[in-house]
Amino acid sequence: MSRTADVLIVGGGIHGCATALHLAKAGARPALFEKDYAGRHASGVNAGGVRQLARDVAEIPLSIRAMGLWENIADLVDDDCGFDQHGQVLVAESEAELAPMRARVADLRARGFTHEEMIDAAELRRLAPAVAETCPGGVVSRRAGAADPARTTTAFRRKAAALGAMIHEGARVETVRKEGRDFVLDVGGQTWRAPVLVNAAGAWAGGVAAQLGEPIPVQPIAPMLMITARVPAFIKPVAILRGRKLSFKQFANGSVMIGGGHLGQVFPDENATVLDWRKLQESARTVWELFPIMRGATILRAWAGIEGRMPDDLPIIGPSARCEGLFHQCGFSAHGFQLGPGAGAVMAELIATGATATPLDGLQITRFPHAGGLS
Amino acid sequence: MFARLSEPGPDAVRIVVDGQDVRARRGDSVAAALLASGLDARRETAVSGAKRAPYCMMGVCFDCLVTIDGVGNRQGCLVPVEDGMRVELQRGKRETSR
Amino acid sequence: MTAPAFASSHDLVVVGAGPAGLAAATLAAQAGLGTLLLDENASPGGQIYRAVTTTPLPDRALLGPEFAQGGALVEAFARSGAAYVAGATVWHLDRDLTLGVSAAGRAALIKARRVILATGALERPFPIPGWTLPGVMTIGAAQTLLKASGMIPQGRVALAGSGPLLWLYAAQLKRAGGRLAAILDTTPRENWRAAWRHMPDFLRSPYAFKGLKLTREARAGTRVIANVTALEAFGEGRLAGLRYAAGGKRGELSLDALLLHQGVVPNVNLAMAAGVAHRWDEAQACFVPTLDAGGQSSVQGVSIAGDGAGIGGAEAAAERGRLAAVAVVKALKPEASTPDAAAIAAALAKAMRGRAFLDALFRPAPAFRVPARDEVIVCRCEEVSAGDIRASVAIGATGPNQLKAYRRAGMGPCQGRMCGLTVTELMAQARGKMAQEIGYYRLRSPVKPVTLDEIASIQPDPAAIAAVVRE
Repeated sequence: MSRTADVLIVGGGIHGCATALHLAKAGARPALFEKDYAGRHASGVNAGGVRQLARDVAEIPLSIRAMGLWENIADLVDDDCGFDQHGQVLVAESEAELAPMRARVADLRARGFTHEEMIDAAELRRLAPAVAETCPGGVVSRRAGAADPARTTTAFRRKAAALGAMIHEGARVETVRKEGRDFVLDVGGQTWRAPVLVNAAGAWAGGVAAQLGEPIPVQPIAPMLMITARVPAFIKPVAILRGRKLSFKQFANGSVMIGGGHLGQVFPDENATVLDWRKLQESARTVWELFPIMRGATILRAWAGIEGRMPDDLPIIGPSARCEGLFHQCGFSAHGFQLGPGAGAVMAELIATGATATPLDGLQITRFPHAGGLS
Repeated sequence: MFARLSEPGPDAVRIVVDGQDVRARRGDSVAAALLASGLDARRETAVSGAKRAPYCMMGVCFDCLVTIDGVGNRQGCLVPVEDGMRVELQRGKRETSR
Repeated sequence: MTAPAFASSHDLVVVGAGPAGLAAATLAAQAGLGTLLLDENASPGGQIYRAVTTTPLPDRALLGPEFAQGGALVEAFARSGAAYVAGATVWHLDRDLTLGVSAAGRAALIKARRVILATGALERPFPIPGWTLPGVMTIGAAQTLLKASGMIPQGRVALAGSGPLLWLYAAQLKRAGGRLAAILDTTPRENWRAAWRHMPDFLRSPYAFKGLKLTREARAGTRVIANVTALEAFGEGRLAGLRYAAGGKRGELSLDALLLHQGVVPNVNLAMAAGVAHRWDEAQACFVPTLDAGGQSSVQGVSIAGDGAGIGGAEAAAERGRLAAVAVVKALKPEASTPDAAAIAAALAKAMRGRAFLDALFRPAPAFRVPARDEVIVCRCEEVSAGDIRASVAIGATGPNQLKAYRRAGMGPCQGRMCGLTVTELMAQARGKMAQEIGYYRLRSPVKPVTLDEIASIQPDPAAIAAVVRE
């Protein structure tokens, strides 16, 4: 005896949970299936950056929409998610790095986007006093900030459930197939059916897509992070670099998170990652050079999440090119956290009306002609 | 809190705790020397400022954290005293650089 | 400062210089394997033989005859030809057998063909109200201060808890001229029923006679309060006293020092962070690694020996160390001659005799493993209370890792050493599930904090550490 829903969602990260929430808000009955627990993987263990800076132009409209939701996140999910909006700074380490930054900001303005501003050395030092003296300036995105990823994903899960979404954790989807009009999932001895399926399965999205005859080129990766013991407050905005891999954030409780995207080894079938300390050494070295005040800090823990990466580092958000009723919301390539609340709203619109107010050009599966397109 | 069964003799070592000279024995850990010193060597936590002192003496409780020769968050129970060593008690969030 | 003698690669790296590590490294080196023993303390012996080579106590007999056995192990190790680095903290181990080590303020990444983890045990958490007050310590801590520094606690001192260490330390303290205000024994009366069937084996073991003698010595002239069912330490910023309930009566003691102990449990952090599979052991109420007879774990090339494999005491630890080393020698150098594994296994069985009785008798009461009162601090590092955790379970936290979305329990520097078991059992109780299903914190390296400076300057060639430190 099958169970039914309006929409089946595979994956309980921020994207799956945000979509479930927005669908439930609109009166639909989604059923979400998460093989571990919501936020177990990339969504719950990332650096928490709520970033608009340095995004590909294709993502910017979605990012702006998401930022509007972040600014009222407590109204949406009954939790402030630890969101602070002290801005994000892209730090130039040399004069040579400033020129391409200026060009980009000018290009964005020409397109009507004003969220990135050039800053000089004086403004950089005002925003981030602890940054090395040799940095000549950079770009600031004042509306941005950071949040607690596990807390945020959990808040989306809880609110979605409170609004009527059926959330199943510890529920690994064994098989997924299309039968006539319906998608059919076998999960934990049960069968579920719905005319719509959202593939929000992160690093495992490739498996879901393949079973439905529309392979997508997503690869599992394990971006690594470190966190330090508490230190007295010395920086408010999140700092990122252009040339080297770094994202750097001090939380309200004083601990400092060091990320940037160096990759460890990933074993997605085991939910396991292995840390590469030689690469973490590069992150440590970068912090050591950029923030001399951190040299005596103690690292309490390092870890790596399991994320899905696309060959062009852009997600797929939109309908399948082959399979009616199938939508992909995956491949966020280590920068999907900020987009999550917005992507969920957009996906709910697409499912309900077939269209969305937010431009998603460049994020469709059709850009991979051999994968999603008609062969 | 603790008393020595015998005083350090030729194996005595002098450490400086928040500017004060403390006599210790070679082979003592910093935490042991503090416990026998008679000083109020309690730490204040970075979370709430609550007072703490060593609990396990084997490097697993992290309540014996002190700053030694400018390096903070050292486990005092794992560091042997050395003549002239500078020990600073930690009150709250540690300073990151000296 | 002497330079640590790391090569970049070794046949066998042994982590931990307690009885298991010393015995394992000795056997492997004698068989001709390139062996490195790493230990974070300044001198060998681990916890049970702490300071066996350096104790300032004028009369070492005060500590009892077993202590001297540690000296013999250290001497044999010193003659074996194995390399040894003291003050070396191993903060990383992975399935590729890469180890991250820090010594003398410098970090290095080294490789091994085989690893034996002998990181031993630590005291079971004892979360009573007021256990974080200055003046409250473990009995193990007091014993370390006695062995390594020749110190005894001052003023009004009480011991509270359950297990042989209470009686051993009480006797040692007496011999050193110390006095106790009281010993509060929390051994549940009902444990005798479970322990009874193991009594014959216990009576045939060395523990029986030694234990009886020790207990009698400790009890003579000491106030002993038995069947203690509740404990509460109190004070403002430091210990002032202890309230207790025993046999239906309530009492209060004014105290300067309270020493707690309710058994020891495996120190799992490095093994778990390396990916070694563990399971819940109901008899010992803790997580133990899943191992084969030679100590091989679920991670190829990583074995575990000693109390870290399951609590068995010092003699059993040494035999387990030898068994693990024999297996490693057979794998890497099959032509080498090694002691007969069957004989070692027989010695291990003999050393383990009587253990089942001790495990059953001294299994801590659930009330002391899971605090009933909400205000009791469970996670000492982040100051998360029992009530905080129960509240998180009520709104959907299903296990210690999902708990991190709500609270910071387990996210401090001790990485769950002081709270992990409490959190697992508390959540199991709150959810009506078994501890095995709830699981444990997901542990990662560094299993001990490292400075940014150390990581930034990891030497490309570990032998280069020697050059840098010598500058």
